[in-house]
Amino acid sequence: MSASSVARPASAGTRPAFGRRKIIDRVLTYGSLALVSAIMMMPLYLMILISFRPADRAFTYPPDLWFTYFTLDNYPDALFRLLPFSLYLRNTVIIASLVIVGELVACSLVAYGFARFRFPGRDALFVVLLATLMVPFVVRLVPLFILFQKLGWINTFLPLVVPSFFGTPFFIFLMRQFFMTIPSELVDAARIDGAGELRIWAQIMMPLSKPVLAAVAIFAFQNTWNDFLGPLVFLQKAEVRTIILGLYGLMGMFVEWHLVMAAVVAAVTPLIIVFFIFQRFFVKGITVSGLKG
Amino acid sequence: MADVRTDHPLAGGRQAALARGEPRRGWLARREALYGYAFISPWLFGLLAFTAGPLLAAFYFSFTEYPILSEPTWIGLENYERIFTEDEQFITSLINTAVYVGIRVPLHLGLAFGLALMLNRTIRGIGFFRTAIYLPSMIPIVAMAVIWRILLDPRVGYVNYFGGLLGLPEVNWLTSEAWVKPVIVFVSLWQVGIPMIIFLAGLGGIPEQLYEAAEIDGANPLQKLVSVTIPMMTPVILYNVVIDIINSFQVFAYAFILTRGGPNDATLFYVLYIYRQAFQYFQMGYASALSAILFVIVLILTLILLRSSNRWVHYERI
Repeated sequence: MSASSVARPASAGTRPAFGRRKIIDRVLTYGSLALVSAIMMMPLYLMILISFRPADRAFTYPPDLWFTYFTLDNYPDALFRLLPFSLYLRNTVIIASLVIVGELVACSLVAYGFARFRFPGRDALFVVLLATLMVPFVVRLVPLFILFQKLGWINTFLPLVVPSFFGTPFFIFLMRQFFMTIPSELVDAARIDGAGELRIWAQIMMPLSKPVLAAVAIFAFQNTWNDFLGPLVFLQKAEVRTIILGLYGLMGMFVEWHLVMAAVVAAVTPLIIVFFIFQRFFVKGITVSGLKG
Repeated sequence: MADVRTDHPLAGGRQAALARGEPRRGWLARREALYGYAFISPWLFGLLAFTAGPLLAAFYFSFTEYPILSEPTWIGLENYERIFTEDEQFITSLINTAVYVGIRVPLHLGLAFGLALMLNRTIRGIGFFRTAIYLPSMIPIVAMAVIWRILLDPRVGYVNYFGGLLGLPEVNWLTSEAWVKPVIVFVSLWQVGIPMIIFLAGLGGIPEQLYEAAEIDGANPLQKLVSVTIPMMTPVILYNVVIDIINSFQVFAYAFILTRGGPNDATLFYVLYIYRQAFQYFQMGYASALSAILFVIVLILTLILLRSSNRWVHYERI
């Protein structure tokens, strides 16, 4: 709110009283931001800390909040002995990649249909799409389980992958809002040049929509990586488990917490890497969606 | 495609026609409509196969007895009768969930709004703070639950140690009937990033002139918050409230992992109860009836919120 007053360069020296208030304002601002950030990051910090502790020093009393005792041994122990981590990683990556491909293709086709064509019932169907955002997943869970069981899909990746090839309402909504902002002259010009609708979608809309495609890809990646209830219900055999199911499995055994923490760190590292690479698309993808009021 | 070169149905002046909402006539309109349906057909199919179909199926199964290994048999309203008259765990899980939703949604969204206000500045290094506060929201709930399981441990956990330094009593947080629900709400607050980013995007969309006008009228920061920021943010607040209530009603993983519904059913949340009926007792009909009830509850809450919105949501645009 006071963004402009903080960002404005001070007319230095001429108004000392104003300058002092500015300094206090700045100290308070940065102080509170640093405090909140530290509190929010605290669980992650402790997780990393404990993952590098040797077994006999995992929990010292009183708690030691620095890397005083340090070992790398937990990681090979957790990732090769405790868990078939590479198998879980492979399963998760396969599922996530297929979901991303499915969502990008399906959602962009559907969003293009909603954004650029007029047909009877379009607006009503779009309202239906928005309404399905509000159907809790768990309400569909039991019949979906029965359906996938009849199809013989339990203990395969299909229940988690196939629905994404038919689009997800929230992603369709994001893309449609973005497509509406692309000037129609570009599309019209291509039409006059005789381009078919699929070609316009592939060669004009897609290249212009990289920010929203990236945002959807990242959201889809995160959702799939973090999904718990879906894999818990649809993947019951050990060899098809995802990383998150692997972590959950650790809770049931009596294990050493420092190894569990190493496994958790390994499980979330890909998420954090992807986040930092594509960070700038996150806010952009939401900002263009028209949620800004 | 050669025939559409000069007189393509979709080319030229279309935007203006769209804006005027003029109906199209003849084969041009049919052609455009066919393309439209073709493009949205994946979603239409998915809607039938994975959303509408399952909803109808759940409704049908709710009138049956359906132990997973045999076929469903019609029993009429028996499931609902049992749920509403005999099933104490249904009442317990519904109350638990309502308490959780009632505590969590205001705290979660209040925190998200406060953080968004803090972060809505253009000062040096703001990106770092935004990232730091968003980061825990990316962490899977299962991973967060594992971390908190350790931090809350009565023997080795850090929570009791630092609480002790502040003079708080030592509590076995996850086995105390009184504490366990507030603790799960508290733990869930670390994942505040999504509503916070949505608030942040909303704050960025408020025109600067409104603040300038308020300043000219001599408004202080609090007055600007109350009479500019909050009214302008009401559409975003409505969206976040609806989504957060729906999401909070589905609380599952924290209880499933941290407490397994205990102690003494204090964290038996509604979805956990559905999960047990469906995937531990394999009572698909009974679980479907519970699901249908959840659907109706969420639907009614959403409709009430949307209905009330014309009294408190402002849609003026500058």
